[in-house]
Amino acid sequence: MTVELPRYHRLRGAYYRLEGSACPACPGRYFPPRAVCPACRTAGLRMFAFCGRGTLYSFSRVLQPPRGFASMAPYAVGMVRLEEGPLISCQLADTDGVDLSIGMPVEMVTRKLRDAEEHGYIVYGYKFRPRLGRAR
Amino acid sequence: MRDVSIIGVGQIPVAEHWDRSIRDLAVEAIAAARQDAGIDRVDVLFVGNMLSGELAGQENLATLVADAAGLLPIEALKIEAACASGGAALRAAHLAVGSGAHDYALVVGVEKMTDYLTDGVTAALALAADADYEAAHGITFAALNALLMRRYMYEHQARHEDFAPFSVNAHANAALNPHAMYRQPITVDDFERSPWVADPINILDSAGICDGAAALLIGPTSETRRARRPPVRIAASATATDTLGLAERKDPLVWDVDLFEPHDAFTIVSVLTLEACGLADRGRALKLAAEGRIGLEGDIPICTFGGLKGRGHPVGASGVYQLVETVLQLRGEAGPAQVRGATIGMAQSVGGSGSVAVTHILQV
Ligand SMILES: [Zn+2]
Repeated sequence: MTVELPRYHRLRGAYYRLEGSACPACPGRYFPPRAVCPACRTAGLRMFAFCGRGTLYSFSRVLQPPRGFASMAPYAVGMVRLEEGPLISCQLADTDGVDLSIGMPVEMVTRKLRDAEEHGYIVYGYKFRPRLGRAR
Repeated sequence: MRDVSIIGVGQIPVAEHWDRSIRDLAVEAIAAARQDAGIDRVDVLFVGNMLSGELAGQENLATLVADAAGLLPIEALKIEAACASGGAALRAAHLAVGSGAHDYALVVGVEKMTDYLTDGVTAALALAADADYEAAHGITFAALNALLMRRYMYEHQARHEDFAPFSVNAHANAALNPHAMYRQPITVDDFERSPWVADPINILDSAGICDGAAALLIGPTSETRRARRPPVRIAASATATDTLGLAERKDPLVWDVDLFEPHDAFTIVSVLTLEACGLADRGRALKLAAEGRIGLEGDIPICTFGGLKGRGHPVGASGVYQLVETVLQLRGEAGPAQVRGATIGMAQSVGGSGSVAVTHILQV
């Protein structure tokens, strides 16, 4: 049995606040956070919180879910191009009745990520949904 | 580095081997390769495997296999690089023999996947992705490739049925391969009617879950006159890596590989590989397939024994199957699947969603 508590606790910045990294030496912005800039190899990147808005780069629907996701299937997943530049892979929320299309504006929300484990730990984190306030 | 050749190959049929354990599979393939080589000596064993811990409850796998195959007390190591484990195992063996540290190295790729239900295997395969930022979000391996495929279709105005020639070709070639799992030919219609796994990827876009093992014996080319079979030189061997997470790529549709041969776990992977290796211009691989150029009679035959799609994809073993098949082609022993006059073959084993690629060029 895995000890999930510390794992998701240490991910809280990224999962709840979309905290990634910014390079002090070049314009590099990264999600998930990293210690070394892959562009200029500078070490000591700083925390950088992304604004949570972006556009849909690609999407799919999972019909054959892995263990731990059965109750949610089928569910939509996507890659989102964040406003600040990076791509992020994520689940898509609130997509019922929505015609997903590449390029559509999306925004971050906090949701339950997977089925509750046997021991009751509920994992929350970011998902992206069609941006509110636009005509459907 | 001294010159190194493959002097023996062995494989067992890819199937659901309900009555065989991971050690049985490995031992059988090893025996076949040693028999083929006709050389008894083995100095080191490299076991290519991805999921023995997760799906067979077994780590320390290389020692287990060395013991079961009667090879103790030689050096034995498991090499893991996700679905590229098989290719990576030959890469390690090539370094060991090329450097002169060892003379004869045995490589076996083995995977036992059918003791678990699909949801468990799907979760296990996702271990090759980023655990915290892909797998924990329920993004399966098929879904990652589906994200690539949808984007590719968008950028190049492609339809799903445009990918059919890859699957049709794989099944047609698998029909000629007695070791293949899916030996029934399929039509474009079958391809289009197949159910979604993660749209736009359907079952016939995807390589299936199965068990298998394949093995190679390699040695210094200078010593190969002792071998029973014609030696096949390893003309080139290389590994390159990229970010584990797909979203962190500069351009997810461009894979930085140095050389070629397809790891067709999904039809989209064949497409991206052909383009990355320069065999097709960007956005042109579908056209190349539509023109029939990837068939056995084409100018770029791929998946000549059925590929991962048709032969089956026992993940950590697939890279070694590719190499065994390439050796058979170069020796002229491919039977009805023979590509006429083949003297140079390339095999590429890809792990993760393009995060590691191991490429070998073989030559006679
Ligand atoms: Zn930088």
